[in-house]
Amino acid sequence: MIRILFFASIRDRLGVAETSVDTVPATVGDLREHLAARGAEWAEVLGADSQVLAAVNQAMSGPDAGLADGDEVGFFPPVTGG
Amino acid sequence: MAPTIPVTIEITAEPLDLARETAAFQAGDPATGAVATFAGLMRDSNEGDRVAAMTLEHYPGMTEKALKRISDEAVERWSLLGIRIVHRVGDLRPTDPIVFVAVASAHRGDAFAACEFLMDYLKTQAPFWKRETLVGGTDRWVGARDSDAQAAERWAGDDRKATRPDAAD
Repeated sequence: MIRILFFASIRDRLGVAETSVDTVPATVGDLREHLAARGAEWAEVLGADSQVLAAVNQAMSGPDAGLADGDEVGFFPPVTGG
Repeated sequence: MAPTIPVTIEITAEPLDLARETAAFQAGDPATGAVATFAGLMRDSNEGDRVAAMTLEHYPGMTEKALKRISDEAVERWSLLGIRIVHRVGDLRPTDPIVFVAVASAHRGDAFAACEFLMDYLKTQAPFWKRETLVGGTDRWVGARDSDAQAAERWAGDDRKATRPDAAD
């Protein structure tokens, strides 16, 4: 299982802060693709054209980053702290 | 292997007291010859609009890890004696401090450079997001700035003397 967290504008647009998938996709990119199939809003927010960033186990990760059972993946927009 | 130095990182929903933070950071180490501090404050305008209030959200757990990683990199690059980073979350008003970064070193060059590096990386790597309420009541997420990405990119490689781009605060 992969635990998936959404933050800021991504969470607001999807209307959920957390979800999960039972089957583990090979990469972050594959997970995005899988989630994008959940609906029109999901496709827009997580699709290939979106500027969404990802973190695997709380470290920034690119679309090619591998996933393993038990991983936590966060999706969020470009950061704006400081 | 970089030396082990005091690094403290704090995420807080409480108001930041800059004078107290600065005084506390300077106390103690007789090897310290320079302390550089930076404070980021909330402005009352953004993108040409008047801003009444702001809420800062973060990714608990990842935020602390990201700031630790950024601090570790600063310790690798410069000769430092201490780092402190404090970042607000929650509800803020104009003039409220958002972030405090302090760096101690033997000589000023290392402290100045590392302080700026920490801020540039914090702005592009640490998972914080600002939501602002405009005067009149409209709420919106604040977008990332290209100038912040450029400011962080200039530290890539070993080009420590790159000139400062026109970064926002």
